Amino acid sequence: MQYSIFNLIREGINKHKGWPAAFRHPEPKERYDVIIIGGGGHGLATAYYLAKEHGIRNVAVVEKGWLGGGNTGRNTTVVRSNYLWDQSAFLYEKSLKLWEGLTQDLNYNLMFSQRGVLNLCHNLHDLRELHRRINAIRLNDIDSEYLTRDQVKAFVPILNMDPNIRYPILGGSLQRRGGNARHDAVAWGFARAADRLGVDILQNCEVMAILRDGAKVTGIETTRGTIRAPKIGAVVAGHASVVAGMAGIRLPIESHPLQALVSEPIKPILHTVIMSGAVHVYVSQSDKGELVMGAGIDTFNSYAQRGSLQVIEDQMAAVVELFPMFSRLRMMRQWAGIVDVCPDASPIVSKTPVEGFYVNCGWGTGGFKATPGSGWVFAHTIAQDRPHRLNEAFNIERFSTGELIDEHGAAAVAH
Amino acid sequence: MHLIACPWCGPRDEVEYAYGGEGHIARPARPEALSDGAYADYLFMRRNPKGVHAERWVHAAGCRRWFNVLRDTVSHRILAVYKMGEPRPEAGP
Repeated sequence: MQYSIFNLIREGINKHKGWPAAFRHPEPKERYDVIIIGGGGHGLATAYYLAKEHGIRNVAVVEKGWLGGGNTGRNTTVVRSNYLWDQSAFLYEKSLKLWEGLTQDLNYNLMFSQRGVLNLCHNLHDLRELHRRINAIRLNDIDSEYLTRDQVKAFVPILNMDPNIRYPILGGSLQRRGGNARHDAVAWGFARAADRLGVDILQNCEVMAILRDGAKVTGIETTRGTIRAPKIGAVVAGHASVVAGMAGIRLPIESHPLQALVSEPIKPILHTVIMSGAVHVYVSQSDKGELVMGAGIDTFNSYAQRGSLQVIEDQMAAVVELFPMFSRLRMMRQWAGIVDVCPDASPIVSKTPVEGFYVNCGWGTGGFKATPGSGWVFAHTIAQDRPHRLNEAFNIERFSTGELIDEHGAAAVAH
Repeated sequence: MHLIACPWCGPRDEVEYAYGGEGHIARPARPEALSDGAYADYLFMRRNPKGVHAERWVHAAGCRRWFNVLRDTVSHRILAVYKMGEPRPEAGP
């Protein structure tokens, strides 16, 4: 059933008894045209665009847990496209353009809010680098503007503008089209839209092995039985190395915990997203009123979805430095997701040496913003068996050829 | 939070250490003789196991010496600590 004001009124009169489930819970079929491993935002978006853009509807999305239970439900929901290098800028901008029409496209309210993303700078090097980045971004026809210290103060009056602190704020770069989206809604919206096009979403279905016939994939062994398909796309974030390993492929990826936390809910106080590389934190306020905060990864390899306390302590120190008025807020919840970090801090959306096996991974600490764009280019790569112009640079061969896309500054927080 | 026993200083909190990534990756004796693929394998490709991981740590805020740790990446349990140059021990209990 379409979500619309008319159906809302009709169901209101019917005491909301007629709403169907958002998506089915089917039994796995024996065979599909494409299997997507991983029911997070990127995987579901891939399935949706396979069905919508390429007419491939006999698709299964297999998820070992529940939809959006991994990084899709664990991130800090920031969306932006202010990347330095052309390859990244075009890919993330494609994604941002998709975000801008996605609520209507999916007929699902993603609560996408273009409230702006403000990156602060705290020293002269920051300032110069910021100008370079703003100019590069604008050359690619993406919005980015410089805010002077006074403009920053006017835009976010609660920031600590004292010039005598350890890291005084000297200015900032603002992408007004950036902002936030509701992360769970992204998973559910893509799932519902894909399901309506015929995609089977198989939850509690963990992949145990990838079946091969010589150099070609033929299917997967799962906890819900054997499922066959000539094409398999792995979109499993932190478990990328594990799943690619099942297909005999080594990746340049290491998995780390990335922690985030939320405060108790308070009245609207922060209307934009603030990021700072030098004091190392990013903050925004959710629609529920909680301040949502994140920073850098825990340095060690881990699959445990939890990190160490000192990382949070550093991050809280940074928040209090930027916003002294937040010092008395209590923190409500803390968690971690397992992020798949690439040596050049750029993703891999690529074919592999194994025929019919495709990987989409390495998004590291910044995958959420790319959800629709990632799915869009990955669907193209799988359907056409060749990358789209937007993701051909993000191939797996770049680690041999040396054509790395070094975006270590891209997160606006060091990692 | 890890409690790591430095081979020289004894058990200390994780904050005193810095992480050095996967251990036992030997620099090729003749890198110029390697193919691009083999060099990429040495430089970039990692095991990244879900389970026991042999890795390097340095006691940055202590004796500043490097050593190896055998650690489970799911439970965060430290199974063994051993000095640089020593072979990887069998995974402990």
